[in-house]
Amino acid sequence: MNDTAKGLVSPKIATERVAASMAKRKKRERNFQRLGRSAIAVALAFLIVLFVSIFAKGIPGFFQYYVEIGVEIDREKLDPTGDLTLQSLYAGDARGVIRSSLYAELDVEGRSDKRAAGKLISQGAEQRLRKLVYDDPSLMGTKQTLRFALDDDVDSFLRGFIKRETPEKDRRINDKMIDYIDRLQAEGKIVYAFSDYLIFGSASRNPEMAGIYGAFIGSILTLTVCLLIAFPIGVATAIYLEEIAPKNRITEIIEININNLAAVPSVVFGILGLAVFIGIFGMPRSIPLIGGVVLALMTLPTIIISSRAAIRAVPPSVREAALGVGASQMQTIFHHVIPLAMPGMLTGTIIGMAQALGETAPLLMIGMVAFIVDVPGSVTDPGTVLPVQIFMWADFAERMFVQKTSAAIIILLAFLITMNAAAIIIRKKLERRW
Amino acid sequence: MTMEHRKMIDDRKIKTAEMANIDLTELPNVTVGDISVENPRMTARQVQVNYGDKVAIQDVSLDIGSCEVISFIGPSGCGKSTFLRCLNRMNDTIKSCRVSGDIRLNGDDIYAPDVDVVPLRARVGMVFQKPNPFPKSIFDNVAYGPKIHGLADNTGHLKQIVQEALERAGLWSEVHNRLDDPGTGLSGGQQQRLCIARAIAVSPEIILMDEPCSALDPIATARIEQLIHELSSEYSIVIVTHSLQQAARVSKRTAYFHLGRLIEVGLTDKLFIKPQHEMTNNYITGRFG
Repeated sequence: MNDTAKGLVSPKIATERVAASMAKRKKRERNFQRLGRSAIAVALAFLIVLFVSIFAKGIPGFFQYYVEIGVEIDREKLDPTGDLTLQSLYAGDARGVIRSSLYAELDVEGRSDKRAAGKLISQGAEQRLRKLVYDDPSLMGTKQTLRFALDDDVDSFLRGFIKRETPEKDRRINDKMIDYIDRLQAEGKIVYAFSDYLIFGSASRNPEMAGIYGAFIGSILTLTVCLLIAFPIGVATAIYLEEIAPKNRITEIIEININNLAAVPSVVFGILGLAVFIGIFGMPRSIPLIGGVVLALMTLPTIIISSRAAIRAVPPSVREAALGVGASQMQTIFHHVIPLAMPGMLTGTIIGMAQALGETAPLLMIGMVAFIVDVPGSVTDPGTVLPVQIFMWADFAERMFVQKTSAAIIILLAFLITMNAAAIIIRKKLERRW
Repeated sequence: MTMEHRKMIDDRKIKTAEMANIDLTELPNVTVGDISVENPRMTARQVQVNYGDKVAIQDVSLDIGSCEVISFIGPSGCGKSTFLRCLNRMNDTIKSCRVSGDIRLNGDDIYAPDVDVVPLRARVGMVFQKPNPFPKSIFDNVAYGPKIHGLADNTGHLKQIVQEALERAGLWSEVHNRLDDPGTGLSGGQQQRLCIARAIAVSPEIILMDEPCSALDPIATARIEQLIHELSSEYSIVIVTHSLQQAARVSKRTAYFHLGRLIEVGLTDKLFIKPQHEMTNNYITGRFG
């Protein structure tokens, strides 16, 4: 047998050639594995960088500086008409009460000194004092040690963002204020504590008072509307297209269009919402109802596509079995197909809802970016949502909003993870029923 | 059934007809043997089934008697399953399928325009090739039919129905203490008996079995065959099988299909020992098929 021989090689030569090719194959395998490992390492590194930066900036955002001062709760000043109504409390001079306590604490005289001292405490302090005495009138006439948030500039100074070395005219707090802060700190009256404003506060131009509560409720309302509309319509559409509709040109066109809708940029849905709901139907702007409807339009294709895939994955033998014992088409669908497809349908819904939760652009179009201090009580009250709140905070100039933004991002992530976890638990429960 | 699945079945059937690559009209038009019985439960006359343009079966006429076991044999793609599925209109689920001819259950035309398939399928039960219990509990599997047809007066009655169906399917002693376990967790043979119990639970007149043992081991097969024998005292059973031995063991009559025609039908003993038609002879002696 010579080298140029064509056709099958002898077993002996074949064995040699296979052995010779092994080293090359193994090397390729090793290289491929290395490539895969390094890809995962890079992805993990990015993830770690992302989380470290968000948490490093965001965790401090959950805390802020407070000052503890003894306050004489003077009934005559706080409650001029003496009937403890909110009207009377607002007519009273809560600010004066707090300021005079602070002046007494710091021993200040003279107008410029007083003005400097007055700027230390947040404007939210008076509201807090009013609420305190409204909730518990027995405090009237006593002296209490109360905790008030410090102004955001003071907070930034204490965190070191505003430097002492900066010339006085270039920084937002003057030397006198720094002196007062030092004295308060020396007396241990300044505390660094968990920021209740962040969780329970609403939109505010004062960074130390701004919180996500209103946006959080807005998000819940919007998502509820979105889920209530998108899930039933999406599942019904998927069932109709997959199980009932005849396969012809019209259903084919519908299918193609649904698939195309999934790729439409979300802002387009916002424009649609603006034109139809606000333009044609004249509904109010900024309300979670419209936000939910717009997000439902956006999530529908996702839910329909994944629901159809789930329905298609139900084995035909189950349908045959049901038809074989005399179940009608509807009974087959509702008793057998839907229960088996439900986990897959829920997966699609979770993905859709997660998209909806993080969506900003379409909501800007329908005015949910408005500055709204009140917490929405229903789906027709103006409100905003978490990602839009983050977007707005990221736009503000004050240094303290940087931490607040990161903190709000952490809350948004936590919300998302909780929502997904809940959905996964529900799905597992359904799956366990085989 | 999904469209893809329907299409898949359609394609498969059409392909089978193509593979046969033979003009059905060239085959003899007469079935050898006696197609009729006394007191037939079901009668089929000149049944033709088309998948699109392809003719799957042609000119099939056959009676199914009361409480008899009849087996359909023949090579793959000969139309025996297609004919079986005509008997409870399971072919309706295949879009391109057209059935013509006359099929009557106790004298009523089951393809009449005003006939609803739901009650028909309750009277003509079906057991499939691959055991296909619902992904539900054993109890729910059997109780499903009686529930949707409203056969049980109350929960107690339903339990009785389930127990009796499982007893007749020879499964009760094996599962009575775990009725809440998933039906899909049983062994293959047990699953198939569960499917038989499910069919029995709606008290059908006829049970159609499409190769019920092809996915089972010999022991489970023997169990099912024994069961068919026991059930034959009350139900008419039509069984499609690829095993000639099985046909010989379980059935009183046998029908031989070839290329969409019913070639020969007769008492099993006679058909296997002394086939009348040459094709039948070739098939059972293993010369083709």
